[in-house]
Amino acid sequence: MTRLAGWGRTPAAQSSVVAPSSEEEVAELLARGPLCVRGLGRSYGDAAQLAGGTVAELTGLDEIGPVDEAGVVTLGAGASIDALLASVLPEGWFVPVTPGTRQVTMGGAVAADVHGKNHHRDGSFASHVESLRLATPRGVFDVSPEADPDLFWATLGGMGLTGVVTRVRLRLLRVESDVVLVDTDRFDDLDGVMAAMVEGDERHRYSVAWVDCTAAGSRTGRAVLTRGDHAPAGAEPPRAPRTGRLGVPFVAPPGLLNRLSVRAFNEAWFRRAPRHAVEEPHSLGAFFHPLDGVADWNRLYGPRGFVQYQFVVPENAGETVRAVIERLARSGLVSFLAVLKRFGAGDPGHLSFPMAGWTLALDLPVGAETLPDELDALDELVLDAGGRVYLAKDARLDPAKVAAMYPRLEEWRAVRARVDPEGVLTSDLARRLHLVGR
Amino acid sequence: MENAFGQPQSVVVLGGTSDIARAIVRKLCAARAETVVLAGRDPAGLAEAAREAEEYGATRTEVLTFDAEDPASAETTVAGAFERAGGPVDLVIVAVGALGDQSEFEDDPAEAVRMVTVNMTWPVAALTAVRTRLLAQGHGRILVLTSVAAVRVRRSMYLYAGAKAGLDRLCQGMSDSLVGTGVRLQLVRPGFVRTKMTSGQKEAPFTTGPNEVAEYVVRALSTDDPVVWSPPVLRYLFVVVRHLPAAIWRRVADL
Repeated sequence: MTRLAGWGRTPAAQSSVVAPSSEEEVAELLARGPLCVRGLGRSYGDAAQLAGGTVAELTGLDEIGPVDEAGVVTLGAGASIDALLASVLPEGWFVPVTPGTRQVTMGGAVAADVHGKNHHRDGSFASHVESLRLATPRGVFDVSPEADPDLFWATLGGMGLTGVVTRVRLRLLRVESDVVLVDTDRFDDLDGVMAAMVEGDERHRYSVAWVDCTAAGSRTGRAVLTRGDHAPAGAEPPRAPRTGRLGVPFVAPPGLLNRLSVRAFNEAWFRRAPRHAVEEPHSLGAFFHPLDGVADWNRLYGPRGFVQYQFVVPENAGETVRAVIERLARSGLVSFLAVLKRFGAGDPGHLSFPMAGWTLALDLPVGAETLPDELDALDELVLDAGGRVYLAKDARLDPAKVAAMYPRLEEWRAVRARVDPEGVLTSDLARRLHLVGR
Repeated sequence: MENAFGQPQSVVVLGGTSDIARAIVRKLCAARAETVVLAGRDPAGLAEAAREAEEYGATRTEVLTFDAEDPASAETTVAGAFERAGGPVDLVIVAVGALGDQSEFEDDPAEAVRMVTVNMTWPVAALTAVRTRLLAQGHGRILVLTSVAAVRVRRSMYLYAGAKAGLDRLCQGMSDSLVGTGVRLQLVRPGFVRTKMTSGQKEAPFTTGPNEVAEYVVRALSTDDPVVWSPPVLRYLFVVVRHLPAAIWRRVADL
């Protein structure tokens, strides 16, 4: 038995971990009984663990095929964005969508239908998947938006519960350099930054704002907006991103990230940002994956871990974003820099998270007495606005709210029942939220 | 399944009619608890506690009876409770115990055995069975109710407090044995609590009601503190109490 936890390091559970190295071995595992699929363990909650059960780590299926002229590459489910970039960036290809870390596998990116700073323009991961190979208890299927679209879309965002993805055909993005030209703007309040995003996001491929949730009063929601585009070919040839050098060697004592230290950090970070800068060259790594430079940064939150609360509300519910930030600033809860992003239209994935509107992500250390009830209250605000929280980040949602947040849940269950009628594929997340049986 | 804050969805209570356990269960049901299995001696009291759990949000309750004077019943009781839970058990609360007025029975060896059996032997037998089951589950949490009386045993209740002291120390070791397994054991050491068990007794400083104890317990679920003191100030008070010279302790203990 091995102790597994999500990236938030809570709640930990023991599972027996197996590492299949072929599709045949995956099929054998599926025939044996309840199974949970895991990649690099970057989902924040309990999506990739199964207490007392068997967890299949897919990182062994890590092959990276050649890129064809159209930019399509065939990848093993366990190949990471990190490995993919190391292989294709020197040839002038980039991942079409990347979350805030390179340490995610293709299988994980599919299961969570991950999004990045370019969602407003390019959609989420699903929009760039040509097809995938899915091992299920009822056989192995090649699915795509054309071939068995129901199963394809149930799998994109399906949290690994519709089958084990073994291979992904992904369309890459052509880039001419490994440099991103970044515009930075500092805003003293939330209205300013949101207006700027509505007005100017379309002019940039990438756009994201970092909001200081500890600032109160007239500075509530002060933010730094960064927007960027790939730089055209220049003197520097494209090269693979540098890997992390720093590390957190041990679990920090509880309370290291307290109200004072987080406030001080947010203050320093806000002041460091230029009020207005245009087309500053940044490396890909610094722009897309700044935290990858600090290995095991999640340990900074101490032994109790942290939760990431990420929600989305429709375009017309910008007021909800303000209400959440004001509530947090008043509550005295510690929240590191929050990430605010405007999404473009969602995709047809039954359980895919993004929808056209605003998404906000907050990192909150576990331990504050009021945190559980406060987050339940935020859920109410989000639901009232017609929004939802992101399952890949969740470790605490009330199961009674899932169906309202994901109205196509029943439809998804029906598709799943077709390929997994006995409920072999499961996880602690699935059990906690009653996505599948207990 | 337990969430990131240690809030359980399924709960088993051994000693289901205990006022403190009931207060904890009310809070857990108001949070995420759906299934509650209550085991105890008194069927009517259990039915009442089960009704209360449902009122606070439990969607499924089950009850079963056992006799805490018979340690041989502990294993089957635990088996029955887990079976009734019908799936993984996130939290087991051990709230079995008896107090009484020691001056009425302290000369009777049979009564001394009964006090140690109910307050220590039965709970230890049950905990042994619970521990094995939770380890197999790969996750779970155990709350054991002892008492600050177990930290320094006083003469007017040495049978109760001494047996609780045995349980308390044993659980510290059991708690350590579980580190890194996904299973946690937390000790709850309340001070004087106004309950049916203590009715008629003289109140001590820092007396609380069951709801306050439950408040501190539920808070501790997310901090994983190995020992929960209620109220928390008793942690510091008992650093002093533990080291008082015996002559002074005898004088102040039963004031």
